[in-house]
Amino acid sequence: MAANGKPDPATERNETTVERKSARELVVTRIFDAPANIVFKAWTTPELLQRWWAPKSYGISFIACEADVRTGGTYRFVFGHPSAPEPMEFIGRYIEVTPNVRLVWTNEEAGPDGAVTTVTFEESDGKTRVVMHDLYPSEAALDAAIESGSTGGFGESFEQLDPVLADEALKKP
Amino acid sequence: MVQHQHTHLDTSFAALSDATRRGVLEQLGRADASISELADQFGMTLTGMKKHVGILEETGFVATEKVGRVRVCRLGRHPLTAEAAWIEKYRQLWAARFDALDQVILEMKQKERPRGRKRKA
Repeated sequence: MAANGKPDPATERNETTVERKSARELVVTRIFDAPANIVFKAWTTPELLQRWWAPKSYGISFIACEADVRTGGTYRFVFGHPSAPEPMEFIGRYIEVTPNVRLVWTNEEAGPDGAVTTVTFEESDGKTRVVMHDLYPSEAALDAAIESGSTGGFGESFEQLDPVLADEALKKP
Repeated sequence: MVQHQHTHLDTSFAALSDATRRGVLEQLGRADASISELADQFGMTLTGMKKHVGILEETGFVATEKVGRVRVCRLGRHPLTAEAAWIEKYRQLWAARFDALDQVILEMKQKERPRGRKRKA
């Protein structure tokens, strides 16, 4: 995609793109209108992270957001959703933290089949291209994640999501 | 090969760009349904639902079969049916997160601005 150095028209418009790059890899790409140090800070400071990681349009709220962002540090995110009887917990370890450049963490809430997530921050002309790369231990593990239907978000099914959006719309004056 | 897959995905995403059609796929993932059942469920006219099902049928996401007087819809043999639906759902989650992140970043930039130094381009 960007390998030939040509800008990707989709990401030029700050669109979020997702691609299954290979049997066990999933890649999310987005460009942000800010230098890498700012974008990196927003990914690595718990107070900032919790302002965007649980999107309001999904009705998700943070119950706990603990992130010791340094190599070997751990994180623990706990979310709540009005339709979920139990809070949802996400845990893992940061295996690489290179300021303003690269962030690598494990996803261990589901056991050994979890992906390793690598996020790179590439600054150019004052903008930052963020590439988030999920590498699963096997093709079967990624297929299983897809088959489970879970994306790690809330409002998992569209039927669930739509009433949430409708609720949000009603709340507006 | 890669190019082929891109075209495949483009068509898939176009078919999946509509919330009703995505909902229909989710529903058919759970159980087969007739067009009129789907129309009822999504609060649409029969004609409207026929159009959506037609688009999904063209891309291979859905297959239909006339059983007696009823046209039954089920998931088609499109290899990307489940995968494309999931990827689109995943994309929406991240798009929502990143839209919120844009706001956070904007505020961070505004706080930094008083220093007035333009960053190296």
